[in-house]
Amino acid sequence: ANMILLTHNMMVSPMKEASKTLPLKIEAEEVQELEKEFNLVFLVKIIDRLDWAGFLEASAILNQQGLPSSTEEIDKTNEESMRKLHHALMEVDVVTGALVCTETGRRFPIAGGIPNMLLNQDEL
Amino acid sequence: TNSRMREIQTTLSERALELLALPSENCMLLDIGCGSGLSGEVITEAGHCWIGCDISHDMLKVAKSMEVEGDVLLSDMGQGLPFRPASFDGAISISAIQWLCNADTAAANPYRRLLTFFTALHHALVRGGRAVLQWYPENPAQMELVTSCAMRCGFGGGLLVDYPHSTRAKKYFLVLFAG
Repeated sequence: ANMILLTHNMMVSPMKEASKTLPLKIEAEEVQELEKEFNLVFLVKIIDRLDWAGFLEASAILNQQGLPSSTEEIDKTNEESMRKLHHALMEVDVVTGALVCTETGRRFPIAGGIPNMLLNQDEL
Repeated sequence: TNSRMREIQTTLSERALELLALPSENCMLLDIGCGSGLSGEVITEAGHCWIGCDISHDMLKVAKSMEVEGDVLLSDMGQGLPFRPASFDGAISISAIQWLCNADTAAANPYRRLLTFFTALHHALVRGGRAVLQWYPENPAQMELVTSCAMRCGFGGGLLVDYPHSTRAKKYFLVLFAG
């Protein structure tokens, strides 16, 4: 994988001016779909750790629709909806693009599937 | 030889995972200085999900070519870790953190970089999460510097030495507990 939405959801801007709470905004150029083994146990566990609003926003940018609008609406026993969630979280993969710090405007490019989060000397 | 190196790194990774003492499978782990993804593959084999960070673009490209399961980021641990608080159940690092002690540029201050790293690591772990960092301390002073920085940033734990009586085989692990 390169950058799946699960990874994006864990990430924040490394800029010193940024709060460590807001998601980075995805600019997607090349996106691919992966196949990852459906693991319900992991999925249920990780749902509690997600910034759900950030996940929905990022999913929308990557054209993933029909996701529950809150974690309370998730029916963990409904396999079809859990598989849909699995797909959006684990199988939609940004290969090229950027992650943008919404507080500073700083762009962190994603090239060859690798987000470049290095800060420049004058940003330290 | 290259395959001997890989064997050592794999063994170190397995030992680090063992020392993490994770409560279950299906954990979310951080691999610090993940390099070509060798330690990451050990994590995948153990049934966990992982994200890796490394400062070497060349090494990360190798990880990509190996099609490792984890996503990897180009990032300098001395600048912090770009993650939300309490993202990870645990963290491992194999043969990487000694690089924090280098002062490559005039601007780089090892002590400041160590503090930045350990502060970020502490925040990135869930409460009660562990970090196991295998490394090669250059000398006792460096060992003291790194260990004391970690403690200063709120970690409990300490230094574990495998094969303490063998100069050749001796391995150091910083075993840290977050809150």
